[in-house]
Amino acid sequence: MKSLFIAALLCVATLGAHAADAPPRAVRNYTAYCVQCHGINRDGNGINSRDMAVKPRDHTDSKGMGDTPDETLFKAIKGGGLAVGKSVLMPKWDGVMSDEEITELVAYLRVVSKTTAK
Amino acid sequence: MKRLITMLAAAGAALLGGPAFAAGGDELLKQQCSACHALGKPADGGVERLLARKGPDLHYAGAKFNKDWLVAWLQNPTPLRPGGAMIANAVKPGAAGAPDEIDAGKLQPHPKLAAADAAAAAEALLALGTGDGLVTAGAFKGEPVSGAMAALLFNKLRGCASCHSGKPGAGGSSGPELYTAGDRLRPDYVVEYIRNPQKFDPHVWMPRLDLNEADLQKLAGYLMTLKQGAAK
Repeated sequence: MKSLFIAALLCVATLGAHAADAPPRAVRNYTAYCVQCHGINRDGNGINSRDMAVKPRDHTDSKGMGDTPDETLFKAIKGGGLAVGKSVLMPKWDGVMSDEEITELVAYLRVVSKTTAK
Repeated sequence: MKRLITMLAAAGAALLGGPAFAAGGDELLKQQCSACHALGKPADGGVERLLARKGPDLHYAGAKFNKDWLVAWLQNPTPLRPGGAMIANAVKPGAAGAPDEIDAGKLQPHPKLAAADAAAAAEALLALGTGDGLVTAGAFKGEPVSGAMAALLFNKLRGCASCHSGKPGAGGSSGPELYTAGDRLRPDYVVEYIRNPQKFDPHVWMPRLDLNEADLQKLAGYLMTLKQGAAK
C-alpha cells in the first residue's frame, strides 16, 4: 500500500499535475537531492546509506517524524544536520533550495510520513 | 552534401577503427558529444534539466580535466559516475530494507574513441571554458597536507565519502568516484568546485558546504593524491 501511495505521488510529479498535498516541485526536489541518501522509498535506504556511519532518517517513520516539529525539519534541510544537533552527514541545502522550496519540502515530508505539522 | 560526406567519412573511420576524425576536434565534439553534453553554458533549465540530461556539462572542461587522463579515458571510458549522469534516475529499491541499488539496465556505456579522435576531442575540450572566469589560477595553494588529517576530513568530518568513493568499493555512489581524482582533475578546479558547486552547475546535488579555506585546501590536496594504482 505504501509503495502504491509513493508510486501515485511519483506519477503526479511526472505528469506535472497539481495535487493539494504533494506539491510537484517538492517531489522533484526530493528526487534530485534527498533520494541519494533517504532512498527511493523514502525510508532511509538510499544508495549512499550502505557505508554511512549514521543512517539517514526514515521519512516514512510516523512516530519519529511526528515528534519532529516543522521548524526543526526546516532548519535541518536549510542548515544541515549540525544546525539541529544531528549528523554532519546531512548537508545544508540552502545553496540549491529557496526558503519557499524548503517549506514545501517540509509539507511533503508530512505527506510521506503521514504526520501533521507541529 | 559536404556534411553528408563528412559524416560518411566519420562513420567509415569509426567502422574501420581508422584514421582521425576528418573534420577536427570541434566538429567531432559537435557531432558525437553534444547530444548528451552541454559544450556551451546552457540556459538555466532548473532541476528539470539536471534530471533529464544524459551526461555532465562539459562547457568548463578546459579548466577541469588533465589532458593525459582525458586522452586515455576517451579510448577506455571506465564509469566515473556509478549511477550515470543522474543517480536518481538509475536507482531501484533494494530487497527488503536493503539500500537502493543501481539498475544497470538504465545505464548507457560511454562511447569509445579511436586514439586519434580521442586526442582531437581532448584538444577541443581543453579549449572550453578556460576564459569564463569560473576557476582562478592559483586557487590551490599546494601547501603540504597531513594525509591522515585530510583523509579524516574526507571520510568523516566533512562527510565527502557519503557520496563519493575515495577508494574502489567503498563510500557513496551519488557523486563521481574520486579514487582517480588526482589523475583526472586540475587542483585549482577542485578547490573552486568544492567552494561553490552551483557556480559551475546550477542546481547540482553536490551541496555547498561553506568549508573554511584551510579545509578546502586540505581536501583538494588530499584528492590530488588519489590516483589509479596509488597506495591507499
